[in-house]
Amino acid sequence: MIPLYFKHAFRDIFKNRLLNASSVITIAFSVVITSSFILFLVNTTDMLNLWKKEIKIMVYLHPEVPGEIIPEIQKKISGMYGVQDVRFISKGEAIEILKEQMKRQSSLLENLKENPLPDAFEIRMIPSSRPWEKIESLAAQIDAIPQVEEIEYGQKWLTRFSYIIKMFKLTGFALGILFFIASVFIVANTVRLVLYTRREEIEIMRLVGASDGFIKVPFYIECIIQGALGGIIGLTILYLVFVSVLSNVEQGVTSGFINVKFFSFGIMSLILLCSMFTGWLGCFLSLKQFLKTA
Amino acid sequence: MSNGNSENSLIRMFHVYRRYGKYSALFDINFDVQKNELVFINGPSGAGKTTLLKLLYLGEPASEGQILIDGINLSRLSKNKIPLMRRNFGIIFQEFKLIPTKTVFENVALVPEAAGKSWRLVQKKVSSVLRAVGMEDKQNAFPLTLSGGEQQRVAIARAVAGDPKIILADEPTGSLDAESAGMIMELLKGFHTRGSTVIIATHDTELIRKTGGRTVYLKQGRMQQPSTLQ
Ligand SMILES: Nc1ncnc2c1ncn2[C@@H]1O[C@H](COP(=O)(O)OP(=O)(O)OP(=O)(O)O)[C@@H](O)[C@H]1O
Ligand SMILES: [Mg+2]
Repeated sequence: MIPLYFKHAFRDIFKNRLLNASSVITIAFSVVITSSFILFLVNTTDMLNLWKKEIKIMVYLHPEVPGEIIPEIQKKISGMYGVQDVRFISKGEAIEILKEQMKRQSSLLENLKENPLPDAFEIRMIPSSRPWEKIESLAAQIDAIPQVEEIEYGQKWLTRFSYIIKMFKLTGFALGILFFIASVFIVANTVRLVLYTRREEIEIMRLVGASDGFIKVPFYIECIIQGALGGIIGLTILYLVFVSVLSNVEQGVTSGFINVKFFSFGIMSLILLCSMFTGWLGCFLSLKQFLKTA
Repeated sequence: MSNGNSENSLIRMFHVYRRYGKYSALFDINFDVQKNELVFINGPSGAGKTTLLKLLYLGEPASEGQILIDGINLSRLSKNKIPLMRRNFGIIFQEFKLIPTKTVFENVALVPEAAGKSWRLVQKKVSSVLRAVGMEDKQNAFPLTLSGGEQQRVAIARAVAGDPKIILADEPTGSLDAESAGMIMELLKGFHTRGSTVIIATHDTELIRKTGGRTVYLKQGRMQQPSTLQ
């Protein structure tokens, strides 16, 4: 029975190929648009998490802080929640590092009478999946230490980046829903047209004792196959675009820093499942209406 | 006579009406068919023969009155039981109602498929009924490429492909020459001898005389029992 249904479904798809192509193309298009958002988000979220994990907090001390109490401050910070280690960088060390970094222009620094850099601590955090909240509270605690003049932890930049990602998420979500509705609508419409052209056949099937279920099943199979086809085509297009964009980008930017990847098998299956569901739902809506009125 | 032995009644119609607006296509029909009967419904064009058959196979509802099939009241049948009830009938439609986009084989296969038979059984059944009507050579043809008589025979094959209790034949010899008509009547009589109940609607009195069997007469939607005929 089941292979027979599939045989019928494939033959009927082929018979109405122009009509059914519109469903497949719509679903494929929706998959490309929606999935490209998902792809962007998956990669940027990964990157962001990576950067968040490697986040360091720089704590600069007031210039007048006496050297004796520095170990005391260091101990205090070490004891705070979420801190992995605290390294002291004296102003002398700092200027050496700066000289190292500036190399050619280091003579500029030679002429300085006095080292303008402050003593500092470099704090590494215990790696965690959600370091963001911790950083905020930790920063507040460190800031409360009177000898601390300034804290730096790339907060502004990260906040902005997080915000952009959030906007992308929202846009992607909205677009996803929009395209989902449009796809369902177009599939439903296609099915309605097919049902209309086949209404006589359906009437005959009913008269010779076919149940509504028997009549519906081939349509469901057709729509789910169309959904799957749309999903596969969409993902293939997205993958080809992804590969070609990536190869162009990699020629320019030295890679290693950005580690972009395509969807995992799990996410691809999920996208495929969604597009099949789209087909099913469009079919369901049309059939429900048609078999009630017919 | 027809209201005689109600124990064995497969079909019973009580005061059945079918109205289209103000027009009554069927008027106070009381009609019984026993198990394994062969009954002719005779009458001129427009008498209501097709309409009567439609009421039996639930193609249309009766406007008034009750119809019992094997003791089941059609007006009380829930919607999801309708397909099951229809599988009691093998219908040869006046206009054949073959699906033009499906082959002869597929048209006939539809019936056992819809009844949930396995593919192997479907194939076996279709081959055997197509052989019975002499259409096994044309099983891959499309209905519209066939002659009227050939389409008629495919329609018969489909009607019997589900081993129905009751065969409803609407003008089964309608557009055929005497020889083909004779062959088709032989087929129908054969199903009758093998235990099916057969109801044949036809305006062809000559055919009835040649075949023989119980006949009811319809005229302008009213049924006249044999006693009222001369
Ligand atoms: N759906 C309908 N709407 C309105 N009138 C109808 C409908 N179906 C049938 N009729 C009318 O009911 C009457 C009986 O029709 P029916 O088809 O039962 O006749 P018949 O005895 O089968 O005739 P024929 O021998 O020509 O096939 C006709 O006058 C027809 O016009
Ligand atoms: Mg008729």
